[in-house]
Amino acid sequence: MSVKQISVFVENKKGGLYEVTSVLNNAGIDIRALSIADTTDYGILRLIVSDHEKALEALKADGIIASVTDVLGIEVSDTPGGFSEAVKVLSDADITIEYAYAFITRHEGAACVIIRVEDNAKAANILGKAGISLIEAEKAFN
Amino acid sequence: MSKYYQPEIETMSVDEMKALQSEKLVKQVKRVYENVEYYRNLMDEKGVTPDDIKSIDDLHKLPFLTKADLRDAYPYGLLGTDLKNCVRIQSTSGTTGRRVVAFYTQADVDLWEECCARAVVAAGGTNEDVCQVAYGYGLFTGGPGLNGGSHKVGCLTLPMSSGNTERQIQFMRDLHSTILCCTPSYAAYIGETLKEMGLTPDDIDLKAGIFGAEPWTEEMRRDIEKALGIKAYDIYGLTETSGPGVSFECEEQTGMHINEDHFLAEIIDPDTGEVLPEGSKGELVFTSLDKEGFPLLRYRTRDICVLSRKKCSCGRTLIKMSKPMGRSDDMLIIRGVNVFPSQIETVLLQEGYSPNYLIEVDRANNTDTLDISVELTPEQFSDTVKDLAAKEKTLANAIKTMLGINPKVHLVAPKTITRSEGKAVRVIDKRKLHD
Repeated sequence: MSVKQISVFVENKKGGLYEVTSVLNNAGIDIRALSIADTTDYGILRLIVSDHEKALEALKADGIIASVTDVLGIEVSDTPGGFSEAVKVLSDADITIEYAYAFITRHEGAACVIIRVEDNAKAANILGKAGISLIEAEKAFN
Repeated sequence: MSKYYQPEIETMSVDEMKALQSEKLVKQVKRVYENVEYYRNLMDEKGVTPDDIKSIDDLHKLPFLTKADLRDAYPYGLLGTDLKNCVRIQSTSGTTGRRVVAFYTQADVDLWEECCARAVVAAGGTNEDVCQVAYGYGLFTGGPGLNGGSHKVGCLTLPMSSGNTERQIQFMRDLHSTILCCTPSYAAYIGETLKEMGLTPDDIDLKAGIFGAEPWTEEMRRDIEKALGIKAYDIYGLTETSGPGVSFECEEQTGMHINEDHFLAEIIDPDTGEVLPEGSKGELVFTSLDKEGFPLLRYRTRDICVLSRKKCSCGRTLIKMSKPMGRSDDMLIIRGVNVFPSQIETVLLQEGYSPNYLIEVDRANNTDTLDISVELTPEQFSDTVKDLAAKEKTLANAIKTMLGINPKVHLVAPKTITRSEGKAVRVIDKRKLHD
């Protein structure tokens, strides 16, 4: 149901982001999608990668603060209103989206939106009932 | 009115002063030995009895007291008389064992206020002045000390306490305040606010300011003098001895006259404890000659300064101390509050952070800023900004509860705070407070 996201603490300083990407590169990890939330002091880098376990291990070995977060991947049609419908369903059910980011998948005509909510199971259930399909990690990212 | 509050003391010959100090010291040591078990034990350990102290030349035989002793003896261990004889408590702002709680009898309050009165008169104060006291009132000694001194001189006293700056200026204008007492950083802030309100020094009647409780530079003095159109006088003191008024500046502005009839000063080598000759730079040590409630003998202030008996043009013969040039411990004075890095470390550990931190103190618009960088731990990490911001806020609040001042907390990545070979650099003070 859920997708494993790697969340990384990145300080706002020269080379901060590169340190993370180079660790992933050296470990042979492919980045499928990413987003960065930034504040004045630091950023939180959120990644969907080819192998989250290996990525986490490599980051931790380098002393970088990282964790795995369960997020939902929603498959939406790559047409106007595609994402809006999913947001409405969640909003109607009083489910707050903490953050979201999107990317185009390799499957033609389909986009994927990653969302972070408090209760994945509840959100998945509601989306399912509304006929919105969730992406299985293996399918979407390989 | 005289240019001195107590001319017989303030212009006493050095020989007479030394005789007076000796007489008081002999009595004070006897009284402390009888009444203060903690200090009696220290004297016994050192093999000193009250009979060994015949004059101030024997002062060096007595044991020192330090802040650690104050902590060990907290709260009543150094009390010099029955509690029923005490009428007042004042305290430093620390909320841990670092806090100093001092007890005052009525005589202690009177002598403290007299010391402050000498400072007010030295700044030109008379019973025709309006003295606005904008130091904090409460446990902090600043407000009560200068309030009492102002009363003794007969000034019309405005017990404003600190804060609400526009109202301070309103009162200053409506009631024609002529003397302002507060911390130098607050004085500078009042000066800026005055300007922001579209006013100039000509719109107020201030002629003098008595500023203390935190370090400040000559440059800052000139800025304040210009911004408020006044002459700015330094005042020094510490809760352990009484509060402000242990020493004060005269119009010469070349150091502070110590009220040495009450507070006997020495300069020692902070490493060996050896007494250094006059003119040497070292740690300032005070012996309270008259205090009853909290009679500290040879209390190490940790302030580094120089004493001088050079003749002063004001006519006072009281020995002068330089502005403190630094500390022999790691204490910082931020917005008038005594801060030890270890207090911040305690909070970090309590809140589950690593003890790797960096304290940066700076001064922006004449107000101290406190920034604390803390290494985030994997356990504390969250993938949302909301959670991390809440953690910063929780930590900042906990530090505020401990210190009484608001810090800005910055979460940083692990191992980014420099570890030096020997002693870790925990504090960067960018204020350049000492020339």
